[in-house]
Amino acid sequence: MSRLRTIDVVQGGLKKRYRFERLFRRLGLAAIILSLAFLSLLFISISMKGYTAFVQTFISITVHLDETKIDITNPGKAYYGSMVKEALRNALPEVQGRRDKRSLYGLISTGAEYQLRDMVMANPELIGTIQTVWVPADDDVDMLLKGHIDRHSPESERRISDKVIGWIDDLENQGVICKKFNTTFFSSGDSREPELAGIRGAAMGSLYTLLVTLAIAFPLGVGAAVYLEEFAPTNRWTDIIEVNINNLAAVPSIIFGLLGLAMFINFFGLPRSAPLVGGLVLSLMTLPTIIIAGRAALKAVPPSIREAALGIGASKVQMVMHHVLPLAMPGMLTGTIIGMAQALGETAPLLMIGMVAFIVDIPTALTDPAAVLPVQIYLWADSPERAFVEKTSAAIMVLLTFLICMNGAAVYLRRRFERRW
Amino acid sequence: MNLTIPSSQTVDLSTAIAPRDSRETVGQPFVDKARMECRDVDVSYGDTQAIYGVSLDIGSNEVMAMIGPSGCGKSTFLRCLNRMNDTIDSCRVSGSIELDGQDIYDKMVDVVPLRAQVGMVFQKPNPFPKSIYENIAYGPRIHGLASHKGDIDEIVETSLRKAGLWAEVKDRLDKPGTGLSGGQQQRLCIARTIAVSPEVILMDEPCSALDPIATARIEELIDELREHYTIAIVTHSMQQASRVSQRTAYFHLGYLIEVGATEQVFTTPQHRLTEEYITGRFG
Repeated sequence: MSRLRTIDVVQGGLKKRYRFERLFRRLGLAAIILSLAFLSLLFISISMKGYTAFVQTFISITVHLDETKIDITNPGKAYYGSMVKEALRNALPEVQGRRDKRSLYGLISTGAEYQLRDMVMANPELIGTIQTVWVPADDDVDMLLKGHIDRHSPESERRISDKVIGWIDDLENQGVICKKFNTTFFSSGDSREPELAGIRGAAMGSLYTLLVTLAIAFPLGVGAAVYLEEFAPTNRWTDIIEVNINNLAAVPSIIFGLLGLAMFINFFGLPRSAPLVGGLVLSLMTLPTIIIAGRAALKAVPPSIREAALGIGASKVQMVMHHVLPLAMPGMLTGTIIGMAQALGETAPLLMIGMVAFIVDIPTALTDPAAVLPVQIYLWADSPERAFVEKTSAAIMVLLTFLICMNGAAVYLRRRFERRW
Repeated sequence: MNLTIPSSQTVDLSTAIAPRDSRETVGQPFVDKARMECRDVDVSYGDTQAIYGVSLDIGSNEVMAMIGPSGCGKSTFLRCLNRMNDTIDSCRVSGSIELDGQDIYDKMVDVVPLRAQVGMVFQKPNPFPKSIYENIAYGPRIHGLASHKGDIDEIVETSLRKAGLWAEVKDRLDKPGTGLSGGQQQRLCIARTIAVSPEVILMDEPCSALDPIATARIEELIDELREHYTIAIVTHSMQQASRVSQRTAYFHLGYLIEVGATEQVFTTPQHRLTEEYITGRFG
């Protein structure tokens, strides 16, 4: 009798239990769908805005590299601008008048003359010949051809007049204007001219900064985690250290920037805007993350492995180095990559140490002035030219690619080091 | 040895038997040719005392079984014998434990060579997550017992042979030790322990995670190992104690209650607690 009653009670409550379970599962599913939707919205909007930055409008000009204008002994000194202008006048002979001509010259990027100069300096035999070269068009032309400037809006509201649009159409009919893959974006540093601006300077700056961060934060973090977890005596001092490390992980990053400014630049006299200082500041910021993740990974190593090693007479250091650390490595690497990804996206502390400067040159050493990817995004987002909108989105895509590569590396390393026990 | 556990009726309930509340050790705790001599060993974890004044000899080439209900301190006592309790901060050991006349708790004694002399096999098989070969080779390598590949190969083979595992694993020495079955893993752990040629092997319930067939193999192995090593084994199975050991020690709530030849302890226990435990009245 009593057994039957138990079953009745259980049956009675069963519906409610399952209802709750279904509700819980649906809520979880909804949360995942919602976050995926937001993520794809972000990715789609960035890609839609940014993909056009990977192509660039070029204009083909036929230049006479006049030997009377170029000194063979010193070809770098010659004024290539006049040759570019001459070529443009030849392409559109109907343009007359000073103002119109100036507008005409504006169709081509100011970078064109440097491109010619570099070409001649690399190959002096070209002097005296007539060459057809593709040079980048001005960003306004680029925007018009990409459809970001509306031809049908009132003339006073756009940056290109009807007359200039007529010339561009003329050039298009001649077949000397076309869109090509934008190698400049990947090969050059920042520029005031959107058509000449590239991401390479910032990418290299980020790479150097992260290398410094990794080289400092990883060994220090792993060492600290191992010492605190395996060797430190448990007393008040280690408790205080532990609390402080946890607090350090929560300190706003701009504070680390101020610390870096005061310590590394003002006190130690390290150079401003350098990846070396950026890396030092970011490693301060990343250290607590690595230590906390490292200690968690060490704690997760089963005690039976420690006993096994001690039981056959391994010393404590041998136990840690031969058995515990290799088993904890995947977890430590995960923590490190999370910390590094954080460091890659960090802007605030770098503003304090001068990495926000406008830097054209691509850094080649740790002490060269450099920008980093997030700061570059910030700088471009702040620029007034319409063409920087797509550059900003493209830079975000590069940053995200960087991040995805790093996470991919983390997954690969974790798979490689992971062992079953 | 195939003993039948006596029922309470067959035990002589004469006045010779010690009463329930007596905590004096009865039997013969001391032997002539002792490998390890323990005197008045007290162990405490912080404020709680786990072992009270245990004095016990472990003779050469004998298997000493330690039995008793859960929480009686037999594992704690075993772990004192190679100072594995050192890893627990709050653990305090007093009294003296001597290995071949040398006090192992002496300040001059280093635990690393001690543990090479007194090896340990644990309750749960715990091979390193490495290859079978590396599992065995690790001990000799860190102690510098062999440096040439050939010497290590030889140690690996003889250890695996002694542990009765060679025939099963000789073709897959480079496969992970964790891929073996439970019984094989435990024999691998025994092989790993004997690879550093210890004098004493401590076994903490080595068969509690194994099935009866694997258990039987380990028991056979223990009997063979007795020829070369001194073995102290903690077990929950009284049948196992009676099958593998020459002497048996019965622990109760931190006290060593009775020690004696296994046959004698199981047939004519001299203490009421021992009698009640082996007849299954509690425990």
